[in-house]
Amino acid sequence: MNIELKQPLRAAKSKLAIVDCDIHPRATLEDLRPYLSNHWWHYIQTYGLRPRHGHVKGYPFPKPTPLASRRDSWPPGGQPASDLDFTREQHLDFYGIEHGILNPLAPSGQGDQNADLSAALAFAINEWQTADWVRREPRLKASVVVPYEDAEASVKEIRRRAGDRDFAHVLLLSRTSEALGRRRYWPIFEAAVEAGLPVGVHVFGYSGWAMTGTGWPSFYLEEGVENATTTQTLIASMIMEGVFERYRDLKVVLIETGFGWLPALGWRLDKHWERMRDEVPHLKRPPSEYLREHFWVSTQPMEETDKPEQLIDVMKWIGFDRLLFASDYPHWDFDDPFVSLPPSLSEAQRRAVYADNARALYRLG
Amino acid sequence: MPMTADGLHSIDCDVHPTVPDIKALFPYLDEVWRESIETRGILSLESTSYPRNAPITARPDWRGANGQAATGVAEIGRQVFDRWQSSIAICNCLYGVQLVTNEDMAVAFTRALNDWMVKEWLDRDERLRASIVVPMQNVESAVEEIERCAKDRRFVQILVLAMQEAPLGRRQFWPIYAAAERHKLPLGIHAGSSYRHPVTALGWPTYYVEDYLAQAQGFQSQVASLISEGVFTKFPALKVVLMESGVTWVPGFLWRFSKYWRGLRSEVPWVDRPPDEIMRAHFRLTLQPFDAPAAPDLVERAIEHLRCDDMLLYSSDFPHWQFDGDDPVPAGIPAALRRKILVENPVATYDRLNG
Amino acid sequence: MARHVVAPVGDIPAGECKLVSIAGRAIVVFNVGGEFFALNNRCPHRGGSLALGKLTGLVESPQPGEYCYSRRGEIIRCPWHAWEFDIRTGRSWCDPQRLRARQYAVSVEPGAKLVEGPYKAETFPVSVENDYVVVEA
Repeated sequence: MNIELKQPLRAAKSKLAIVDCDIHPRATLEDLRPYLSNHWWHYIQTYGLRPRHGHVKGYPFPKPTPLASRRDSWPPGGQPASDLDFTREQHLDFYGIEHGILNPLAPSGQGDQNADLSAALAFAINEWQTADWVRREPRLKASVVVPYEDAEASVKEIRRRAGDRDFAHVLLLSRTSEALGRRRYWPIFEAAVEAGLPVGVHVFGYSGWAMTGTGWPSFYLEEGVENATTTQTLIASMIMEGVFERYRDLKVVLIETGFGWLPALGWRLDKHWERMRDEVPHLKRPPSEYLREHFWVSTQPMEETDKPEQLIDVMKWIGFDRLLFASDYPHWDFDDPFVSLPPSLSEAQRRAVYADNARALYRLG
Repeated sequence: MPMTADGLHSIDCDVHPTVPDIKALFPYLDEVWRESIETRGILSLESTSYPRNAPITARPDWRGANGQAATGVAEIGRQVFDRWQSSIAICNCLYGVQLVTNEDMAVAFTRALNDWMVKEWLDRDERLRASIVVPMQNVESAVEEIERCAKDRRFVQILVLAMQEAPLGRRQFWPIYAAAERHKLPLGIHAGSSYRHPVTALGWPTYYVEDYLAQAQGFQSQVASLISEGVFTKFPALKVVLMESGVTWVPGFLWRFSKYWRGLRSEVPWVDRPPDEIMRAHFRLTLQPFDAPAAPDLVERAIEHLRCDDMLLYSSDFPHWQFDGDDPVPAGIPAALRRKILVENPVATYDRLNG
Repeated sequence: MARHVVAPVGDIPAGECKLVSIAGRAIVVFNVGGEFFALNNRCPHRGGSLALGKLTGLVESPQPGEYCYSRRGEIIRCPWHAWEFDIRTGRSWCDPQRLRARQYAVSVEPGAKLVEGPYKAETFPVSVENDYVVVEA
């Protein structure tokens, strides 16, 4: 393709303040080298990262594009979202983004079979985010990446970053080896609350179980569907296990999960809890109340309903105060801030979703 | 409250005869298996999908003296036919034969269950129909069981569980769909698991209520599999009935599934139309439980989001405890749809109900 | 509609494309085996730049497990959400009835003809020796 990559022929004009709650900066292992010990550098070179799926490079369900990224997001000589200047030009400046939350996915080592390696990489990627991105670009905030399968090590990493305003939230992935409501993860929630940080739960990760309760699907298309179903599972788990009775101040942000399915989940949780309340006496209120009070959800991937009023129904049922705009830059199913929200939203609703909700949640100046 | 519409009597598409005891199957098992059961002390094949005394398993006023419900035709007769005035009820027995790992034992138990259904239920009340329980442990045996039972036209459907060893769309199961299509029997997928995997992709939950809630995710995975694998390209006449799924998850699921398909079409090129069109054409859902608050306006809105008047099939889910009172139809279902749900959609779905 | 000279044919080799601006519109011109097609650059789904997309063939299937590959290089996949568009017709593959990328008529004209006008050459002088791609937009 013989193109000069200049920006498309439209000006970035927006009076709308935008907070982008999901940007994926990409580190190379070389980028992380300064923050890794010789032992771990040697380990990575020799044994490598080993997620619970067996692929050295790649995934059980190949992505539809290289590195799951937009084809136009590759800077010269680099990988998508590896270069701050390019990211500024193509994304932050182009859309006039006021703040962006960084959720690094690779190579974060989250969920690796070796929990100590996870811990080393989490430390490294957190150092890298602040040094290479946040300290150079005041619009950006980092995630506290944690080795979530090791709660103790995660608590350590959270405490290390507590009080550091460079960090917006603690980052977990949705496919953990047990559902997030299980007690082994509770120290992470406790430390997050202690540090005054929300917990972001981004889709993916590899639990080590089959991708569904009925075995392994065949296609990436199915994995796309399952990102919603596994999120439904983890929400049910967190609520039913009483996480929010124990941690009244815990805030959870669902990232890249979609949201069209969320109201029906709340209805189902309520209906069957009502019948089986005696099994979970620690819950003092209907599940949908915990859902409403403790969860936020990012808008990407924006739902494409049959009729526009269905989308508005769903947003109303969730609450316009719960929705957080996200682009998912640089991934292939990216939502363009200018065109992704339904045009029929009121000015107040747009302001809430594009910026106000995130500013309040993440305490952005 | 009578479940009728314009003088027509409803068809109850999901009732659950209960096996009172493993010994009830003895008359239908060969001596090898009867002796094995006794020698080895195999007590029961009840599944933890429905613990006997769990509230959902039976409404208190429908339980007999020993705590069980629906162990005999008279109980179904009293409630489903006398009280609710359905004309026909389709029996889905959930005794856990799908749990058995030994293929031969599984086949023996499955045959026995279907034979028990005929003798103890279908022969005793001509208003009853049933689903053929199939041994998914061995696909050839499953096809044989379909061929065997399909001769009896009171069997109107094939019964599998929402969670099993592999997603239902996978090609290894296609001989079953060929048989289903041949005999014009819908594939009935009912809530429940054979527990070959934990009920969630995130392992084993703590609480039974989570197990029950997880069934909705199981249904989503099965629909995604059946459509993505092209089962309806290969078997264009096949219908699928989702039983006890909760219903209201469907619109949100379809928006996402169709959205992704539009970009990922080339991965599954045999899927020649949007997934939501395929689902509306090939899938039907039984009514109970209808996961929504008791708010008629909301229920009506949720039905609008489904955008398919042909999709819902009346069911009481007797004796499962899905509602209180005497009306299995949630308030808010539009009156215009009532007759379709109670009568027309079931008749259109189950070929064998037409004589 | 006016006719615009957008490039000498040599500027758009077979299998390549060129993004041009015509009367304020971004238009992408493809060379498919010597034939030229022009589409509005903006993907009708959510506005991705088709000029930055991937050219592929078409994968169709009569039955699960069978793959029929044809039309190499004639399908443009939007760089964002990967929707497929037929370069020859502009139609989307996922919703051919309702969704398409807007097409513009394209022809190749010899320079000798063009110098007589009334064509608009956007960025360069027209020479009588060469052939040029002309888009009507």
